[in-house]
Amino acid sequence: MMPELGKYVVEVLLAYAVTGLLLAGLILSTLWSSRRVKAQLQDVEGRNKDQKKNG
Amino acid sequence: MIALLLRDIRLSMRSGGGFGLALAFFLIVIVLVPFGVGPETSVLGTIAPGILWVGALLACLLSLDRIFALDYDDGSLDLMATSPLPLEGVVVVKALAHWITTGVPLTLIAPVLALLLNLPQDGYFWLLVTLAIGTPALSIIGTFGAALTVGLKRGGLLLSLLVLPMYVPTLIFGAEALRRGMRGMEAGVPLLFLAAISLAALALLPLAAAAAIRINLR
Amino acid sequence: MSLWEYANPRKFMHTSGAVLPWVIALAVVTLVVGVIWGFFFTPDDYRQGSTVKIIFLHVPSALMAINAWLMMLIASLIWLVRRHHVSALAAKAAAPIGIVMTVIALLTGAIWGQPMWGTAWEWDPRLTSFLILLLFYLGYVALWAAIDNPDTAADLTSVLCLVGSVFALLSRYAVLFWNQGLHQGASLSLDRQENVHNAFALPLYVCMAGFVALFVSLLLIRTRTEIRKRRMNALLARERAA
Repeated sequence: MMPELGKYVVEVLLAYAVTGLLLAGLILSTLWSSRRVKAQLQDVEGRNKDQKKNG
Repeated sequence: MIALLLRDIRLSMRSGGGFGLALAFFLIVIVLVPFGVGPETSVLGTIAPGILWVGALLACLLSLDRIFALDYDDGSLDLMATSPLPLEGVVVVKALAHWITTGVPLTLIAPVLALLLNLPQDGYFWLLVTLAIGTPALSIIGTFGAALTVGLKRGGLLLSLLVLPMYVPTLIFGAEALRRGMRGMEAGVPLLFLAAISLAALALLPLAAAAAIRINLR
Repeated sequence: MSLWEYANPRKFMHTSGAVLPWVIALAVVTLVVGVIWGFFFTPDDYRQGSTVKIIFLHVPSALMAINAWLMMLIASLIWLVRRHHVSALAAKAAAPIGIVMTVIALLTGAIWGQPMWGTAWEWDPRLTSFLILLLFYLGYVALWAAIDNPDTAADLTSVLCLVGSVFALLSRYAVLFWNQGLHQGASLSLDRQENVHNAFALPLYVCMAGFVALFVSLLLIRTRTEIRKRRMNALLARERAA
């Protein structure tokens, strides 16, 4: 299934690998921080609601 | 305004004001270059225009964070912002003071340092002209950067990161005009561009710098 | 103040939450189709050989590197004029994406240039402009990171973005002038777009669409994260005050 890349096989694969890595890093860090902040916010909001009930 | 200008010039002339510092830095950069690239005079003569311009630019950078920092710390910047003098005017005066204490001495000392780099004979006139026209732009752009970072405790490094990319066009046209003039080629076009940058920066950037100061003083 | 601050972001959160899955799906589909098409089903160029396949990453990322800055510029203007908090946060969220896109464009260009031009780096006007653009991105992000007060940070970065845009554009033309001044009639040109064959153009368009969709989805996610962060800080501040 691999296409014939000829003598430039290293360059082409390297370009795709570098792009893939960079994009994966960007996407993962975006998702990771999104998830973390979401959880933290829920935590804080939950506390706030508790306080309102108690107070 | 003139009082403010004189006060700023006097402050920076005082010890620790960074007046001699920029010149000494310029000298050191120029002295270091031959150690880095070797003592062949032909090589040095070829790269002299670029080195002189880059050196002047870096030396200019050194004293930028002092433009507003002291006035911000002791509160006199607040006074200037509330005084009848428009803040844009204050910015222009500050930039002018910086230019007189940094740009002008750098321009005047550059031919002496050019001797060390074996700048070709025809280059000296162009060196003076390009630096005289280009350093105002450096001061004004730097003043804008200083206005952006005035509220920050450790803004010095950040200031360089913000200002240096904006110095690129000035550097390109300044060094290009010098190079062309040195080789006896027609240097009018880059020189005009250089002058255009200086004038446009003088006309527009004080507005942005004053806006940045107002934000920082809020 | 608090009511106004929440009103608009809340609407944004609602709308973006509804749109987001579709944009992500679009990004995934177009990227997968475009990259597979480009990588597996395009012929080799008669001059560039298989390195022509790099174009499917290089051109879209370069496109987004510029458009991300353009979007930041527009968002900064909206913030300065209308004071919509969402737009300031969107500009902040876009900058790291722009940095990654610029780096991808530079790296893939260098990898392509190594066998094609015989050098990984040429001070070609376009390459140089991109390097300068990267510097502007870095300064912008650094300024955001350095300022504690979010409104001050938004204001100052917006001013920087406006002024920086002017200087970035100026650098673009200065660089053109500078390189022509050095070597007259440089034969190396990145203007491959002019005579791209259809076999390459179609997957390229798909890839470009994919990168746009990817940018939009990342931007939405990051902006939502920033809004949540903002809200959390507001709640925490209130807790501390109580």
